[in-house]
Amino acid sequence: MIRLPEPKAATLAKRDAIIAGLRRILRDSGVIAEAARLKPYEMDGLTAFRQPPLAVALPETTEQLAAVLRFLNQEGVRVIPRGAGTSLSGGALPLADGVVIGMMRMNRILEIDYDDRFAVVQAGVTNLGITAAMQSDGFFYAPDPSSQLACMIGGNVAMNSGGAHCLKYGVTANNLLGLKIVTIEGEILDIGGMHLDAAGYDWLGLLTGSEGQLAMVSEVTVRILRAAEGQRAMLAAFRSNEIAGACVDRIIGSGIIPVALEFMDRPAIHACEDFAHAGYPLDAEALLIIEVEGSVAEQDELLGRIRAMCDEFDPISCRVSQSAEESAAIWKGRKGAFGAVGRISPDYLCMDGTIPTGQLPLVLRRIGEMSDHYRLKVANIFHAGDGNLHPLIMFDANDADSFHRAEAFGADILCLCVEVGGCLTGEHGVGVEKRDLMHRQFTEIELDQQRAIKSAFDPDWLLNPAKVFPLVAA
Amino acid sequence: MQTNFSVEQLRDSDNAASNSVLRTCVHCGFCTATCPTFVLLGDELDSPRGRIYLIKEMLESGKPATEEVVRHVDRCLSCLSCMTTCPSGVNYMHLVDHARRYIEETYKRPWPERLMRGALGRVLPHPRLFRLALRGAALARPAAGLIPTGTMTGKRLQAMLSLAPAKLPPQSAAQKPQIHRAEGARRGRVALLTGCAQTVLAPSINEATIRLLTRLGIEVVIPAAIGCCGALTHHMGQHDPAMAAARAAITGWTREIEGEGLDAILINTSGCGTTVKDYGFMFRDAPPAEAAQAKRVAALAADISEYLVRIGYQPQRPAPDLTVAYHSACSLQHGQKITSAPKDLLKTAGFSVVEPRDPHLCCGSAGTYNIMQPEIAGQLRSRKLATLKDRRPDLIAAGNIGCITQLSGDGMPVLHTVELLDWMAGGPRPDAIGQSDV
Repeated sequence: MIRLPEPKAATLAKRDAIIAGLRRILRDSGVIAEAARLKPYEMDGLTAFRQPPLAVALPETTEQLAAVLRFLNQEGVRVIPRGAGTSLSGGALPLADGVVIGMMRMNRILEIDYDDRFAVVQAGVTNLGITAAMQSDGFFYAPDPSSQLACMIGGNVAMNSGGAHCLKYGVTANNLLGLKIVTIEGEILDIGGMHLDAAGYDWLGLLTGSEGQLAMVSEVTVRILRAAEGQRAMLAAFRSNEIAGACVDRIIGSGIIPVALEFMDRPAIHACEDFAHAGYPLDAEALLIIEVEGSVAEQDELLGRIRAMCDEFDPISCRVSQSAEESAAIWKGRKGAFGAVGRISPDYLCMDGTIPTGQLPLVLRRIGEMSDHYRLKVANIFHAGDGNLHPLIMFDANDADSFHRAEAFGADILCLCVEVGGCLTGEHGVGVEKRDLMHRQFTEIELDQQRAIKSAFDPDWLLNPAKVFPLVAA
Repeated sequence: MQTNFSVEQLRDSDNAASNSVLRTCVHCGFCTATCPTFVLLGDELDSPRGRIYLIKEMLESGKPATEEVVRHVDRCLSCLSCMTTCPSGVNYMHLVDHARRYIEETYKRPWPERLMRGALGRVLPHPRLFRLALRGAALARPAAGLIPTGTMTGKRLQAMLSLAPAKLPPQSAAQKPQIHRAEGARRGRVALLTGCAQTVLAPSINEATIRLLTRLGIEVVIPAAIGCCGALTHHMGQHDPAMAAARAAITGWTREIEGEGLDAILINTSGCGTTVKDYGFMFRDAPPAEAAQAKRVAALAADISEYLVRIGYQPQRPAPDLTVAYHSACSLQHGQKITSAPKDLLKTAGFSVVEPRDPHLCCGSAGTYNIMQPEIAGQLRSRKLATLKDRRPDLIAAGNIGCITQLSGDGMPVLHTVELLDWMAGGPRPDAIGQSDV
């Protein structure tokens, strides 16, 4: 079980005053304080860890958010920023003496500028909501985490989220132009701007992926792109995980950058097919979803070369999507993959590590061995093109022993990622989940340097503490 | 998701069913995005995932429901948009149905609410009482402005009066229990659920259905002693009246199935269809013979649009130059997963068909929701009407009387899909469409 810091007795003692203070700023409708109503906020998408917060605050404007932070800072109260609560690393896990600030009510799109290709949106707009607002005009926002239907852009910034199409377009950090942030002192700051490369230090780079520990994001200016003329996905089915892994390495090694290159193993294929009815090959041990885009001629040329490379690995089948509906079903299955595993297992831990693509066959074999060792099934679903693994370890939360084995299994996988030259996190963030493994990646000196940055923004460590850094020194 | 039911608790069939629903949920949060109340209210507690958690805690505790939980479960429309979105296949419908029943049995609502819910449950399913009540409402309408709207009760009374039509259509003999013979050679034989509120509010829907089917060579039986299917009271958690109504319907249809036989049990009010198709689950603990009958009825139940696709529909009139904005009732698209059939039929009939933005969002009707939660329902109505009108249609079509009532009164004709199909297949022009429109 994850350790959380001792609640501050002083904070707990003045709970009523804190809630009254929040209600002065947000009225009754913006504050949740009753035990029964706090319960559903006790966890995010990582269900293994739970802790109801002291209260939940739901601001509707940047000014309200600033007032709430100013007040909580004065009172020395810890703050947990929360978007849609879809984090798989426990990024929004509350603390008993902490106030969760939910950004769901700040869900307006403020400006779309096609000439200069940017959009300004509030932090609580969903990732897909941005694209939905401009799709009919032929534009889109590129990073597409699998939870894009629900996850919010503020959280994407906090975790520097990726997604299937980041192989070509880069992750959140590569698609941001500016942020409106609120510091723990309640100061509202604009960083970046409406174009690439703002003047001065790259504050945007520093804040992106800082997991809500440096400031809270209230508005985001994103780069938007014109959609390609068209896209097509190919399904390539293979006889083993290792063979499919080797094929990925071959494609990437050849210099082709498909717009997406996704991997699913047998358990994942079956669960997703059940949900999406995409016609995934059920006889395959491993499946690659390879998408290319551009004009029809470009698509044909790329698919032809990729097909030839797949053929070197004795595929069971290769099928190119024939219609927009077919492509939609293929992606519906892939994007719903984590949830779809809920069909075959009551609970899962979704891991998130990154490895050099050349190590894929080895890592997949080792994960298979670990699965036997821990007697737990695993479904492998991941962004193979950029070596971002998402093994889903299946367990039963009603069985404590199975959960402990799952935790150990997960830690082993992440350590393996570091061992082969990769890293602990791809796009889900460290959160609480990987906090205690940070020593595997960084030396104490490196961690101290990072802690110093946090202290510079947040001297009292009120913003999303107990995450990212091992607890001992926090 | 982890659950904490005792072995004793799991012996209860409802708890056992809810436990397995909860165990399927992995708390991914996808459902929040497509939930109408979450989109409007921006609170986890008003999202499916939040409600699932509140319900889990309530059921596990075994204690009476509390105001905090009731507030958020009451705000759920049961539109089931979450079930379309859920990758894990969580049966939210069964869970929330259980929660509503649990609340009804363990929670004492304030008396004005109790009174109102009791009255709705007693009046709406009975056409005679409902007609009487609507006449009363029409008389009371001029006084609506005098009702103080500072309280929820005041708002609800206002909502009730504003939903009541000023003038009721005349009663229709076609809806009474009888057999409508097929024209020409008989190709099939079906039972039609005429519905309860629908028979009073818009008899033209059943008339159009019967005309269209008989013209297509289908014999249409309206069995005696089938009133409400039970959906209305079922959604209010009123278990016993719901089961009694459902039982009467099952008995009536079974008599026909075992008599001259039925190819289908047709439903043209999709809210009812979702419930009738769930009879197998509702009667899972009934004596084996009754459970088997319920299952058989559920398997034969079909929406009118499903059935028309099955038997084939062709228009007889030249295509009208009309654009129809199709509003997909939640009970059709989410409850029964019928999405393309009504649109395909309308296109076959010769209409241009357009759809609003966010077609997955509810219009706010949701059974008695527009009376019990007038504010949220009003916001959803405005939003839906705006997105429908954005597409510049000549009229709106929907497959559910609830939605039709909710969206009417805004200057745009709102018709049942089947009325348009009947018209194009040789039936009379629906009254709602003026001569000048064609």
